[in-house]
Amino acid sequence: MAEYSAWQVLKNAWRGNTGWKPAWRKPDPKPDYDVVIIGGGGHGLSTAYYLAKNHGIANVAVCEKGWLGSGNIGRNTTIVRSNYLLQGNTPFYEHSMKLWENLSHELNFNVMFSQRGIINLCHTPAQMDDTARRGNAMRLMGVDARMLTPEELGRRMPGLDLSPNARFPILGGLEQPRAGTARHDAVAWGYARAADRRGVDLLENCEVIGFLRDGDRIAGVRTTRGEIRAKKVAVCVAGSTGAGMKLAGIDRLPIESHVLQAFVSESLKPLLDTVVTFGAGHLYISQSDKGGLVFGGDIDGYNTYAQRGNLPIVEDVMAEAVTLFPAAAKVRLLRSWGGIMDMSMDGSPIIATGPLPGMYLNCGWCYGGFKATPASGWCFAHTIAKDEPHPLNEAYSLDRFHRGYVIDEKGQGATPWKH
Amino acid sequence: MRITCPHCGPRDLVEFSYHGDATLTRPDSASTDQDVWNAYVYDRANPAGEHREFWQHSGGCRKHLVVTRNTLTHAISGVDFAPGKRTGRKRS
Repeated sequence: MAEYSAWQVLKNAWRGNTGWKPAWRKPDPKPDYDVVIIGGGGHGLSTAYYLAKNHGIANVAVCEKGWLGSGNIGRNTTIVRSNYLLQGNTPFYEHSMKLWENLSHELNFNVMFSQRGIINLCHTPAQMDDTARRGNAMRLMGVDARMLTPEELGRRMPGLDLSPNARFPILGGLEQPRAGTARHDAVAWGYARAADRRGVDLLENCEVIGFLRDGDRIAGVRTTRGEIRAKKVAVCVAGSTGAGMKLAGIDRLPIESHVLQAFVSESLKPLLDTVVTFGAGHLYISQSDKGGLVFGGDIDGYNTYAQRGNLPIVEDVMAEAVTLFPAAAKVRLLRSWGGIMDMSMDGSPIIATGPLPGMYLNCGWCYGGFKATPASGWCFAHTIAKDEPHPLNEAYSLDRFHRGYVIDEKGQGATPWKH
Repeated sequence: MRITCPHCGPRDLVEFSYHGDATLTRPDSASTDQDVWNAYVYDRANPAGEHREFWQHSGGCRKHLVVTRNTLTHAISGVDFAPGKRTGRKRS
């Protein structure tokens, strides 16, 4: 298929747009592959792409039970950032940020990556100190960060309530200028098209219903479109990790499934040209190119596989949005939805070999998986191809809990509903 | 979602706080078996279906409860006081 370009747009406009071809093939499953990836979301698709591109392994199938990008990659608040504190996290997310910065060119697909910055607001002197410490840690690890005064915040976000009489007065904020947002569906489509062009088979409507075994070893998958044998099977199913791994006889994992709700308002004229987070609760909000405010907060906080949440969180998130931007009180909500998060016991992900021979596991993204999409696939592809983790994902092992090397950014302990 | 507290009656979700999986048994504190402690602290069954879990009626009587709830539908099939040395009540 031809490269997408301005010239193609003009040429096809001239021909009444009759020359466009589907962005990827719809192949039938082959009986065997080198690698089968379970899950056609962002991480699964990027894993397939980097397996083909970086490691020359193109005899790969991606099994997706619905349509490509029908899970959390198509239902998130699209924030991309690398403003972490801990050594295990920062280099990984910064690698992801660098991949994001060239992603549209790399995939020949406009993922609309917009480096509009992210600002974490602070409301107490202690929080200012703690946030400055994180900013310093970021700078020491080569990530951009700077503290902003209330005056700078006011210039940047005219709608922000900076009144000293506010319930939680704003004392300052930490900005990562290179952070931003991306068009989430385009990320899935871009990786899908780029992987397909390198020969990867994308198998939609192909639900995995069991695993094939060769003694102890996982030797393939049973799907609704037949049995598929594979030398290596990679599991990349986010909120369905618990249910998926039970098919392989793994009954217990350091994962709980929780629901996260997100919201979009009606379209507004430009109000907010950055991403901002509320520090006295939990709210992250930005404005999409279509004009809608896109925002979310905490997970509901109880185990669930239902893709819908309850009203207390809705009320909580709305109250925080109106606290920050009083003008938002008159804005009507367009839609809300819930997605299932694979909450790990320390709030950090797992990209590892195992737990069974022939199997590879990518999960535990909590509610921060979108920004990790490029690096997650990049590192998972390395882990699958070399049978060992890359130094960037070495800390994301499955046995770190047992060994005591948890990566707990918030210091919450083994309480997944609080991460 | 509403939870029927055995002490206070049906109350809204906002009055309760969640304390996780209620099927785990705390190992003997004298135990130094790392596998046993790892399984208790970190490993979860995370079922899609019936889940027994601790809630506290923190905005009400402050009693700790064991709730049996379906994680696919949020339907609650049982609520009882959490067992403790003082009350000696059994789990549902």
